[in-house]
Amino acid sequence: MTSPRSLLIRTAGTNCEAELEYAWNRAGASTEILHVKRLIEKPETLREFQLLSLPGGFSYGDDLGAGRIHAIEIRERLLGPLREFVGGGKLIYGVCNGFQVLVKAGLLPGFEFLESKEAPPLDATLTDNENGKFQDRWITLKVVSSLTPFLKEGAVFRVPIAHGEGKFLPKDDATLAKLRASRQVVLKYVAPDGSAAKGWPDNPNGSVDDIAGICDPTGRVFGLMPHPERHADKVQGPTWTREGGGEGDGEGLAVFRNAVEYAKGL
Amino acid sequence: MNIWQIETAIKPGLADPAGKSILADAREAGFSSLTDVRVVRVFFIQAEFDRASAERVARDLFADPVTDFWTIGEPVSKKLEGAWNAITITRKPGVMDPVEESSLKALRDLGLHPKSVRTGRKVLYAGDASPGLEQWAGKALANAVVDEIAFEDRTIQEIPASRVPPFRKIVVPLLDADDAALEKISKDGQLSLTLREMQAIRDHFRSEKRDPTDAELETIAQTWSEHCKHKTLTGVIEFGSEKIDNLLKSTIVKATEFINAPWCLSVFKDNAGVIAFDDEWALTFKVETHNHPSALEPYGGAGTGIGGVLRDTMGVGLGAKPIASTDVFCVAPPDTNPESIPPGVLHPKKVLKGVVQGVKDYGNRMGIPTVNGAVLFDDRYLGNPLVYAGNVGLLPRTMVEKESLPGDIVVVAGGRTGRDGIHGATFSSAELTHESESLSGGAVQIGNAITEKRLLDVMLQARDRGMYRGVTDCGAGGLSSAVGEMGERCGAEVHLEKVPLKYDGLTYTEIWISEAQERMVFAVPPEKLDDMLRLFASEDVEATPIGKFTDTGRLRLLFNETEVANLEMHFLHKGVPQWTRKAEWKMPRLSEPSRPKELDWGKEVLKLLGSWNVASKEWIVRLYDHEVQGRLVVKPFVGPKSGPGDAAVIRPVFGSNRGAAIGCGMCPRYGDIDPHGMALAAIDEALRNVVAVGGDPKQCAILDNFSWGNCAKPDRLGSLVRAAQGCRDGAMAYRTPFISGKDSLNNEFSHGGETIAVPPSLLISALAIVPDVRRAVTMDLKKAGNALWIVGETREEMGGGEWYRLHGWLGMLSPTPDIREAPNVLAAMHAAISQGLVRSCHDLSDGGLAVAAAEMALAGGIGCEVALDSLPTPVPLTIDALLFSETCTRFLVEVEKTSEAAFAKLFEKFPARRVGEVTGRSGIWFTKSAKAVCVVPVEEAERAWKGTMDW
Repeated sequence: MTSPRSLLIRTAGTNCEAELEYAWNRAGASTEILHVKRLIEKPETLREFQLLSLPGGFSYGDDLGAGRIHAIEIRERLLGPLREFVGGGKLIYGVCNGFQVLVKAGLLPGFEFLESKEAPPLDATLTDNENGKFQDRWITLKVVSSLTPFLKEGAVFRVPIAHGEGKFLPKDDATLAKLRASRQVVLKYVAPDGSAAKGWPDNPNGSVDDIAGICDPTGRVFGLMPHPERHADKVQGPTWTREGGGEGDGEGLAVFRNAVEYAKGL
Repeated sequence: MNIWQIETAIKPGLADPAGKSILADAREAGFSSLTDVRVVRVFFIQAEFDRASAERVARDLFADPVTDFWTIGEPVSKKLEGAWNAITITRKPGVMDPVEESSLKALRDLGLHPKSVRTGRKVLYAGDASPGLEQWAGKALANAVVDEIAFEDRTIQEIPASRVPPFRKIVVPLLDADDAALEKISKDGQLSLTLREMQAIRDHFRSEKRDPTDAELETIAQTWSEHCKHKTLTGVIEFGSEKIDNLLKSTIVKATEFINAPWCLSVFKDNAGVIAFDDEWALTFKVETHNHPSALEPYGGAGTGIGGVLRDTMGVGLGAKPIASTDVFCVAPPDTNPESIPPGVLHPKKVLKGVVQGVKDYGNRMGIPTVNGAVLFDDRYLGNPLVYAGNVGLLPRTMVEKESLPGDIVVVAGGRTGRDGIHGATFSSAELTHESESLSGGAVQIGNAITEKRLLDVMLQARDRGMYRGVTDCGAGGLSSAVGEMGERCGAEVHLEKVPLKYDGLTYTEIWISEAQERMVFAVPPEKLDDMLRLFASEDVEATPIGKFTDTGRLRLLFNETEVANLEMHFLHKGVPQWTRKAEWKMPRLSEPSRPKELDWGKEVLKLLGSWNVASKEWIVRLYDHEVQGRLVVKPFVGPKSGPGDAAVIRPVFGSNRGAAIGCGMCPRYGDIDPHGMALAAIDEALRNVVAVGGDPKQCAILDNFSWGNCAKPDRLGSLVRAAQGCRDGAMAYRTPFISGKDSLNNEFSHGGETIAVPPSLLISALAIVPDVRRAVTMDLKKAGNALWIVGETREEMGGGEWYRLHGWLGMLSPTPDIREAPNVLAAMHAAISQGLVRSCHDLSDGGLAVAAAEMALAGGIGCEVALDSLPTPVPLTIDALLFSETCTRFLVEVEKTSEAAFAKLFEKFPARRVGEVTGRSGIWFTKSAKAVCVVPVEEAERAWKGTMDW
C-alpha cells in the first residue's frame, strides 16, 4: 500500500482542519475533509480510510461544555461504524476539541468499547482549566507509554496548547488507577528539561497526574489536548530563530509519521 | 405544555472557576463580605415529554457526568450546604441565545423534539449582601440590552412571548416641513442628518411629488451617515486660505495613485484593500474601528467588531478566507480612580477586560488567530475607549473583482435578522454622552461566532464552485447598505417579509436597517440558485432569496406586496450635499521641561518597563489563540522568556515559504505636539516593525484608521488635515501605498458642560511580504560574544514620549523621521536580514534605546553592554536623551562577529555603529566614557515588564 488515507471530520465550529491536513500530508498521508452530516448519511465512507481525525475547534460553540454536542451526535449516530473502524485495526486521532469529543462520547478511555454492544460509559471528562482562563502557550510533552502506534515511549517534544477546558479529570481514583495499569496514560506535561512538571505553567491546565493525552485499551484511539500538528515544520516552532535556521521538521511531526507508518501495514 | 426547569452546577467538592472569577471581581469592587460564589446553569425546556425524558436530558446533555450535579423543577441551591443567596439572569423575551439552538440540535439527536429551549444562569453567593451589591451585579453580571436580572432564586412557570405589532406603512410628512421641523425629524428619528441634508432630501421628494416613507428616510440616513460616507474626509475643508476638496482623495488616495504599485490589486473600493502575494494568491487587509459600541458594552462591542471585520474579509472580491487578525485598543489607565469616573462611563479596567474577552471569544471560536496588536493608555480615552479590529485574508487572484447583474437573485444568508444593532451607523456618527447608554442600547449587536464560521465554511465552497457573482457583508446599515451598494449601478427589489427573523414583531423598517450580525448578501444568477440553496442547507446555513437585482435604477422595497420604498439609486448614492467645514491649525505653544541632570537611571528604566504602555500584554495575548491554522512563524512573544516581538510573520500558503509580516504604528501623544510629524512617525514605526522581522519595505501596504475628536470643531479638523497630509507625505516618501482605511471622527465625551476629546489617534497598520520566512528574525538576544549595532541617528526627541509621560511632561520636540533618508535605511536593514547577517533585531520606540535593549535582553534571558557615547548623534546629548529619546528609524541589531564586515558595508552611507555586545553577564549595562551609568539586572527587568498586568 502506498499512501494511507486520512479522513478529517468537520462540523459547525471546527477550525483546526487546515493545519491538521497539512501535518498528515507532510507525514505522507492523503487527506479528505468531510462534514459530519455527510458521514452520518453514508457511514460506509469510513471503509475507504485507515486514519480518522477529529480536529480542534469549538464544535457547536462548545455550548453545554466543550465538545459535548458533537459527542452526542457521534455517540447517537456513528457508534457502530466507529466500532467497526477501530475493530478493523484502524486509527482515530482526536486533538483538542476532538479529544474532548472522544472523551465525552465515551470512546476514551473506552475500557470496554470494542467488546460491548452498548454505548460506552463516560469515565472521564475535560473541564475548565484550573486558572479559569483560555491559554495559548508552548508546553513540553513526554511520551510515557508506547501503547498507541502514534507515540514512541521516551520522546520529549514541544507543541502549543490553546484551550480553556483542558483539565483532564477521571471519574474517580479507581478509574485513574485503571488507566495507569493498562498503560493508557501515554502523554504527560513535563518541565522544559523533560523532568516532571512543576505545576503551572508546565502543566498548563491542572490536569490530574499531568495527563496530556490518553488512548483506548487497544492504543488505536488516541486523544490529546496539545496540538502536534501545529509543529509540523521547524519554522512553526517557538524559538526556531535561535536553533540553527528554519529548515526541517517540527517536533510534532513524528506523531503523524508514526501513525502513517503503522497505517501502511493495514 | 410542560416547562421543565433543569439546573446544573459543579459538585460542591470541586473548584468552580467561573464562580471564583466572579468572587474575585466582586471583592475587587469592595464586597469583601462575600465568602463564596458558584454559578448555576439553568435550562427551561418547553416540551410534551415526561419526567424520565427530562432526567435523561439533564444527565446526558446538560450536566457533565464527572463534575456536575443537577435538579429538575427545584433550585439546585437547595442541594448545597449552607445558606446561599441567588441572582437569576435570563434573556429578555425575543433575544436569542446560541446555546438554545445548539441544545435543540442535541435534543433532536437524542430523539426528543421540544418546542423550545431557553437558557439562563444563576449566581449563588454566600456571605452578607452588602449595600450596592445589587447595583454592581446588575452591571457586572448582566447586559441590560439583552438580559433580565432578578435578585431571587427564580423558577419560571411560563415563557413570555414577544408582541407582534400590526403592519402599518408609515409616511413621514416632509414636503411642507420648515427647517425647525426638518431638524426635529432628524433628531427624533436618530437619523444624525444635518439640516442641509434634510433640505436636500425634502427637495428631492418635492420633485417626486410625494412624502417619503420611514424606510426611505432611514435608508438615506444610513447611506449618508458619516460612518458609511466619510463626509468630513470627502467634503470641502476650508483650511486657512487653502480650500481642500476631498481630503481623502487629495492626500491618502493621491499618494497611492502616485506610487502606482503594480502589486496593488484593489484599493479603496471594496470591503478591504487587496495586494498580490504570489502568482496565484492575493492578500486582503482591513482594519475597522468599533469604538462607540465598545464604550457602552465592551464585550459585545468588541466581539462584533471582530465579527464585522472578518465579514469585511469574507465580503472582499468574491470572498477571502480570514487567516490572521490584529487588534489595537486605546483605554484610560486601569488604575484610574473609580471616584473620578463620570456617570454613564465604565471603568477602564472593566472596558479593557470586556473588550479582550469579546475579541477572545469571537476570534477563538471562529478559529482566526490574533497575531498582532497593541494597547495604548491615556486618560483621555476614559469616555471614549477605542477598539481597532483588523484582519488579513487569503483570496485567489482570479477572484478580486465582482459584479451584480440585473436578474441576479438577492440572497441573504447566515444569521437571522433581529432588533439588534438598530441605528448602529448613525449612532457611531454621534457624540457620546452620559445618556448614550440608555438611548442607544439597541445599537449594540449580539454576536454568534459559530454562525459566522458555518457561513464562512459554506460560502468558500460556493465561491469555488462559481455559484454567485457578487457578495458583500451586512455591516453598518444592514440590508439597507448591503443591497443598496450591490445594486447601486442597476437597481434592486426586495421583499422584506421574506427575510428570516429571529423573532416576530419587527417592522419592515427594522428588518431593513437591522445590523444583526453574521449575515452576508449574495448576487446569485437564477440558474445557480437551486444548487446554492441546496449547498447551504446541507451545512445548516440558512440562505433565503429575498428579491432580485433590476435594471430600473431604483431601490424598491415591498412588504407583503405593499410598496414601502421606491428610491432613486442615483440620489441615494450621489445626492448627499458635500459638507463644507472649517479647519484651523496652530502649532501649540510648548516648551521643553527642565530635567534633573542626575537620576537613578536604572530605576527609571525599570519604571519605564513597568509603565502601562510598555509593560507586557501577555495577560491579553495568551487568551487569544494565535497558533490556530498553523501559519504563525514569528509569534507575539519571542525568545525563551517571551519578549515582545516587533511584528508577526505568517505563512499564508501551506507548503510555500513565502510569508507576510503584520505590524502597526501609533503614537497619539506625538500628535499633541505635531500631527503631521506624528503621522510620519506612525508610518515609520509600522514599517520598522515589519522590517525588523524580515518584511520587505518595498512590498508593503498600509492602512489608515483615524479616531479623532469632534471634527465639526475647526481645531480638531485642523489637526486631522495635518495628519492626513502627513500620511500623504510619508506614503510618498517611503513608497508605501495606503490600500484601505476607516475614520471615526466624533470621539468626544460630554459631561457636566465639559468635553473631552480623544488624542489624535492615527493607527497605521502594515502588511509586508517576507520573501522567505526561514530568514525571519526575532528580537531576543541570542548569544554572548555577538556584537550589538545601532542603526540610525539619535536626536533629542523626547516630546510626547513615554519617559516624559512618566514625569508628567509633554515637551515640544517630538520624534519626526527624516523622510529623505529613512526609506534607504529601511531598505538596507531589509537587505541585511535577507542576507542572513542579523541574529536579532528590535526597533526603538516607546522608551527609546534603554527599553529596546532591556526588552531584547529579557527576551533572551541574557545580558548586554551598550556604550552610550558610541551612538551616532548630530550634537552631543545628555544621558537621558541617549537612553530615552524616541527618534524614529532606529534599530538595535545583534550581529555575529564574522558577519560584521558585510553588515557594516551595507550601512556605509548611513549612521550605524557598533555600540556594544551581548555579554555572558546577567545585567543590562549602559556605559559612558567606559563607566557604567545605568545597570539593570535582566531578571529585575523581566519582573518589572511582566508584573504590571499580571491579571
